[in-house]
Amino acid sequence: MMSTLGKTRFPDIVNRCQPQLLADWVQNQLSAASFNNGLMRESELREQSRQFLHALGEAVEHGDLTDIEESHWDETREFLAAVSRSRALQGFTPNQTAMFVFSLKQPLFQLLRQELEKQPEALIDEILSITRLLDQLGLHTTEIYQKNREEIIYQQQQELMELSTPVVQLWQNILALPLIGTLDSARTQVVMETLLQKIVDTNAAIAIIDITGVPTVDTLVAQHLLKTVAAARLMGADCIISGIRPQIALTIVHLGVDLTDVITKATLADAFAIALQRTGASVAAAERA
Amino acid sequence: MMTVSRRETRALRSSDDVVRVRQAVRQWAMAQGFSLVDQTKMVTAASELARNTVDYGGGGNVLLEALNEGSRRGLKLTFSDQGPGIADIELALRDGYTSGSGLGLGLGGARRLTNEFAIDSTPGGGTRVTITRWQCGDRR
Ligand SMILES: Nc1ncnc2c1ncn2[C@@H]1O[C@H](COP(=O)(O)OP(=O)(O)O)[C@@H](O)[C@H]1O
Ligand SMILES: [Mg+2]
Repeated sequence: MMSTLGKTRFPDIVNRCQPQLLADWVQNQLSAASFNNGLMRESELREQSRQFLHALGEAVEHGDLTDIEESHWDETREFLAAVSRSRALQGFTPNQTAMFVFSLKQPLFQLLRQELEKQPEALIDEILSITRLLDQLGLHTTEIYQKNREEIIYQQQQELMELSTPVVQLWQNILALPLIGTLDSARTQVVMETLLQKIVDTNAAIAIIDITGVPTVDTLVAQHLLKTVAAARLMGADCIISGIRPQIALTIVHLGVDLTDVITKATLADAFAIALQRTGASVAAAERA
Repeated sequence: MMTVSRRETRALRSSDDVVRVRQAVRQWAMAQGFSLVDQTKMVTAASELARNTVDYGGGGNVLLEALNEGSRRGLKLTFSDQGPGIADIELALRDGYTSGSGLGLGLGGARRLTNEFAIDSTPGGGTRVTITRWQCGDRR
């Protein structure tokens, strides 16, 4: 391995035959299935491929091919990381992303076969070392892709957290907040603030907080609910808490949480009926006035 | 004779861990044949103690044990931390007492929601709270 490494033809081929290699490679990638669904533009693919071949050509000029963690591979690795990030955003799968690198093998081997027609042993050595190199680089894209997905998922969770707390306007001045899922600090904070803001925006008289979808009501959740009710009251709106299932009611009693100041109803429908009655009365009064 | 049919320790470091422990307790309680009310009581008590472990104990862990005694089935949870400990346990248990900004109902609530409740704590030596609940109708 070491003896052939010194006279490897790879740098020569990558650099001397770059235009042809680029053309073949881009052609291969364009005919692959993943490009038919138009995740990225052809011009962008061409440019990425050109830049990668350029970086690869530079790196192989400067040292050996066995370990991409070495510093002469920095630029190539960074470039691939950028490709990986943009593809993760464009909706490529990890496989499709790694294929960017792996798909270079075929046109490259084809060129090598032509160049080393008369030296089968050298050809095998070349193919082996290039395979090892491209496999490392391909795996590198997958690793970066993975890290990126995690970041994206985290961001999406944050966004979802806000999206998944829709305050709905049930009636002229009646809001409903159907809570679903675990009410733990971060999300609860967002939810409650959203409700209070919406009370201001819509000038609501009654807000129904429905906890049918909340699996556990412990003292922290109860405290959040109580605080929200108090804050809403300061802004002139009454809250009704609905969706208190029997097992939750029992548990709240055992915990010793005092909900006597809060209007509670078993179902959202019951709560809505009460809310209508109350606001209906005030609407009628306003009309008389 | 009482036997432990299953035993597992879970870490309690963050708010996410509290959620995970709640889910685990729910699953274990279901597996032990707890009714919905019993599951809810045990999960809620666990939630209170898990949060105390994270908030006041500086993190720790919980040991889950599925208990079998004849045909009786129960669930025992032991919350441990190496935090500052509780100087006055009676005061900490008093409804409405909080050294933080809670409702001060967690310890008392957990005691009322379970069949057996014990606190072992020394100032500077950490805290251990053990709760046990049996399937409804077995022991009150
Ligand atoms: N694991 C613990 N380590 C240290 N102190 C604790 C621990 N658990 C509870 N405490 C103390 O007991 C008090 C009461 O706890 P609790 O009844 O759960 O109410 P809250 O959590 O609302 O403060 C806490 O405010 C705290 O001072
Ligand atoms: Mg507490």
